[in-house]
Amino acid sequence: MYCAAQRQGEELRLALQGEWRLAGLVAARSELAAFPLAGVRQLVVDAGQARLDVSAAWLLRDFLAGAAAQGIAARFEGESPPALALVEKTLAGVMPPPDPDIPPMAQRLDAAAAVEGLGRKAVQAWHLVSDGLDFIGRTASSAVLAARSLRRWRPTSIARHVFDTGVTAIPIVALIAFLISVILAYMGAQQLRKFGADIFVVDLVTVGVLRELGVLLTAIIVAGRSGSAFAAEIGAMCLNEEVDALSAIGVNPIEVLVLPRIIGLVIALPLLTVFSDLVGLAGGGLLCHWLLGMPLVQYSNRVIESIASTTFWVGLIKAPVFAVLIALSGTWCGMRVRGSSRDLGAQTTLAVVQSIFFVILADALFAVLFMEMDI
Amino acid sequence: MAATATPIPGATTPAVEVRGLVNRFGRQVVHDKLDMTVERGEVFGIVGGSGTGKSVLLRTILGLQAPRAGSVLLGGREITGLGHAELRAVKAGYGVTFQQGALFSSLTVLQNVQLPMIEQLRLPARDLDELALLKIRMVGLDAGAAHKFPSQLSGGMVKRAALARALALDPPLLFLDEPTSGLDPISAAAFDELVMYLHGELKLTIVMITHDLDTIYRTCTRVGVLVNRHMVSDTLAGIVSHPEPWIHAYFMGERARERSVRHGT
Repeated sequence: MYCAAQRQGEELRLALQGEWRLAGLVAARSELAAFPLAGVRQLVVDAGQARLDVSAAWLLRDFLAGAAAQGIAARFEGESPPALALVEKTLAGVMPPPDPDIPPMAQRLDAAAAVEGLGRKAVQAWHLVSDGLDFIGRTASSAVLAARSLRRWRPTSIARHVFDTGVTAIPIVALIAFLISVILAYMGAQQLRKFGADIFVVDLVTVGVLRELGVLLTAIIVAGRSGSAFAAEIGAMCLNEEVDALSAIGVNPIEVLVLPRIIGLVIALPLLTVFSDLVGLAGGGLLCHWLLGMPLVQYSNRVIESIASTTFWVGLIKAPVFAVLIALSGTWCGMRVRGSSRDLGAQTTLAVVQSIFFVILADALFAVLFMEMDI
Repeated sequence: MAATATPIPGATTPAVEVRGLVNRFGRQVVHDKLDMTVERGEVFGIVGGSGTGKSVLLRTILGLQAPRAGSVLLGGREITGLGHAELRAVKAGYGVTFQQGALFSSLTVLQNVQLPMIEQLRLPARDLDELALLKIRMVGLDAGAAHKFPSQLSGGMVKRAALARALALDPPLLFLDEPTSGLDPISAAAFDELVMYLHGELKLTIVMITHDLDTIYRTCTRVGVLVNRHMVSDTLAGIVSHPEPWIHAYFMGERARERSVRHGT
């Protein structure tokens, strides 16, 4: 019970009682709505026994406004609730026009708007590309400037990134390399056995792991681990205005934040790749031993025979290139974080997707290049 | 200019009562049998040097952190050792603003204000919009600000939006953590005025942590100072003449003297 009503001819007396709280808003409204107002000309509200919070006062005002629209005059007996005065005062302020920057919720399908949207997208895409090129350019010029003095190479920072991106990634890289070479050897053995060419499983594993899979899978794992970490670290610093603070102190943020990460990853990724190659070959050897009964000595002899002078280097040469691509994508996305934590998440996601995409694209270009070079 | 306490008739229990509170991190004792009482309708200022545990005290009172010993009563109800559901109900009974505003950056101001209502109550969408807009206008923001994201607001607007969110559930009790820090003196004065206006209109009980002497003089009816892991609380007139050296330095120091010069007292 929020109020009691008493009808006297054309007058309706409402005695409000108890606590009118936001939590009971819906119940109070339905109670008010239940009173028949037909034939009522005068509403007398007695709020002396009730305590209204702001939301309840707003409800009462809404009710009285509705009554007034039906030509029912209302007055308070005794004091009107103090919260109602606050609501009246607040709402009496001039209602400013809605913000013009907010687009309307539902947009009509409109040919002009569609063309405009297409144009916007194109311009945005161009801005994205030019922003990326700008970032690469600034990074390159910072690298040239920093190269002049050894002190600005920040060896401590580089060492930390080598550890974070390289050493801590060893377990997962080893596991993946082992499993992939086992899968490769197993699939290869099943097919090649049909031709009695079991021994070529070794060639398949060796060439596959050393030339392609070792470096590619390592790069993809590192892109997922470190690309996202770069974007999140730098992005959080952007949100916290730390990057602006660096610039204000007169320190080039690219020199401090971007270059050590790139250099660190350029050192770490080739080392990880060598490690992953070794584990991959070992995995292939173990599978050949168990599944094909091939002695490990024969396996290792065959590995050495099947390696051309270039096989190992063709794989390894890609690692620093992939490292630069991953580090650039991660740091660039981090630097682009503006405003909100949602943007941080979006840019971190973009960093991973983008770096994996660039790694695979670069790998395809390398494949074409090496084919042209007959390696 | 400080407001007078307006005790609410019929309410006998204090709004906030802390008894024998002990907080300790490792060997570092932050609070040692600390007592604090805030009567209903008061504006209570908490003052203390850096590292005296102002924020820890606030977090303990809010039920965000369990104390080592002692009890915290909000409106006469013990909140230490409550379960999740009970604590949730207690939390609907107060509003808080945090030092940096702590507005959810992925939501607009309107959605920020609506969030407590959506989480705690079931209300129709129209009510949600209108009530949230009412609260936003009550703290002196215009309707245009309602659809902006926190990153698009100025420092003063963020504080006001945070206050609107704290008022979303019409709580009788309000906690303000450094409400005027980071604001220019004019904005700070305007914010104090807003707090006093709402205090007068809504008969709120307000507990604030603040370092701003101007804010203390303008708004607080009583002040509690954290010294030596205890709280010394008194009326403004009483605390100013307290013999404790830190309190004396705080209220009678260089900055305080400058203030009295400016105000011609």
